[in-house]
Amino acid sequence: MPETTTGALIYQILELLPFLKELPEFLHIPMLMFVTGLIPVTVISLVGLVGVYMERKVSAFMQIRLGPMEYGPWGTLQTLADGIKLMGKEDIIPREADKPLFILAPIAAFVGVFLLFIAIPFDRDIIVVDLNVGIFYLAAVASIEVVGIIMAGWASNNKWSLLGAMREAAQVVAYEIPVGICLVTVVIVSGSFSMVDIVEEQKGLFLNWFIFRNPVMWVVFIAFIIASLAELKRAPFDLPEAESELVSGFHTEYSGMRFSIFFIAEYGAMFVASALIAILFLGGYYTGIPFLDNIDGILGILIRVGALFGKAFAFLFLQMWIRWTLPRIRLDQMFYLCYKVLVPFGFVAMIITAFWQMVLPGDGFMSLGWAPGLGK
Amino acid sequence: MHVQFANIVVFCVVGALFVILNVSVVSRILRPTVRDPEKYETYECGEPAIGSAWIRFDMRFYTIALVFVIFAVEVAFMYPWALVFKQLSAVGPFVFIEMVVFLLILAVGFIYAWAKGDLEWVRSIASQRGGPEGRSGSNPGNQTDSSERKNAA
Repeated sequence: MPETTTGALIYQILELLPFLKELPEFLHIPMLMFVTGLIPVTVISLVGLVGVYMERKVSAFMQIRLGPMEYGPWGTLQTLADGIKLMGKEDIIPREADKPLFILAPIAAFVGVFLLFIAIPFDRDIIVVDLNVGIFYLAAVASIEVVGIIMAGWASNNKWSLLGAMREAAQVVAYEIPVGICLVTVVIVSGSFSMVDIVEEQKGLFLNWFIFRNPVMWVVFIAFIIASLAELKRAPFDLPEAESELVSGFHTEYSGMRFSIFFIAEYGAMFVASALIAILFLGGYYTGIPFLDNIDGILGILIRVGALFGKAFAFLFLQMWIRWTLPRIRLDQMFYLCYKVLVPFGFVAMIITAFWQMVLPGDGFMSLGWAPGLGK
Repeated sequence: MHVQFANIVVFCVVGALFVILNVSVVSRILRPTVRDPEKYETYECGEPAIGSAWIRFDMRFYTIALVFVIFAVEVAFMYPWALVFKQLSAVGPFVFIEMVVFLLILAVGFIYAWAKGDLEWVRSIASQRGGPEGRSGSNPGNQTDSSERKNAA
């Protein structure tokens, strides 16, 4: 087995599960990859459970309500109960629908989100595969979910669904451009596509984080947050499933488990986007305090994984905060914001970043001598 | 390298299996199936559905898609440039000037599309029919847009 080509995580698992070594030789790699695949399945399900509970609690507190309180202390088991309830719901496929597409759509949407988890580094070694094209891979795979959604909207043969799916397609397609520009800007600073390299670049004091690298990086940061909200079809960009006009958009005809698969995919994508904001701009799994980052062993791993989850959940909270604060914007305002605000600002910020990188190579503000000796 | 990408294939399979297991195995055991012809109707606010939803769609969505294709290709072109920028900018400013020239050419096209109004959502109808309300669209894209404008007004 070539030791250098696969992710380090696989070999850690091999150490933990020695019975895998007793299988025939040719089954090793598929089995290992299958076992690694189960970890993101667990993460995505847990994130779905916690995310839905958090959403309901945050919205409740913002409206001075209590939210779910019935099951478990403070209603913590509510989402689990809802999930079990959804499993027992009847599965209805409309007579007029395009049946094969209708069945395939949740699979495409879920797989599209699931594949994103491969390239998210939770720690230096806790990443499924550290692809050398990591960021490019994420940008490419992030578009697959939309295919599932358009499939769902078209296959339902329902006017609401079709409208929702078309809006979704137009919106995601439009906001892919600002997202792409932001990613290119990050690559200019990092000089690498690999997600681990990008985080390692930001090691050291928090002034090393990419958001502090040059005076315009915060523009890119905010543009990325806005564009990722639109990509996730979160409020105020939730036109594709605008409840008050489109019933519930592309999943109007979906019920039971198929519906909840879309839901899990959505919350999974929200988590990935939040984690990505943290990784690209805010130091990823590093806390920004050098002596905490240099701890080795289990404690260090816990601190780093905790730091990433903490940052990701902070941005999840931001998404929820925005959702329950701002009203939905109109379709023309959405395109205005994309093409006439984010794209020009993004390109200008990209060029300034490139210029800054050329004139002041190194660690940005750190290289100006503001904080000597506190670098890596 | 190949093993890395084989991993992605395995993940596709695991993800698809997760959905199939949940929808077609676990849920099938748990859920009831009570057949009733009304349940399998298409939802249209409780009324019998009028016609199929598979219709020709608003042209403007295709304009957006076209603008996207242009920009997406530009951005895809920038990724390799960004990757090597750090190394090459240490040698000289040529790599930077190159991208500025490229972006200037792109900007010309962008300004042209902007001035022509292709980046605007409302324009195409307003200029054709002489006003935002003076049109009789029968496809769903138009209908939503006019209802949205009424909401905003």
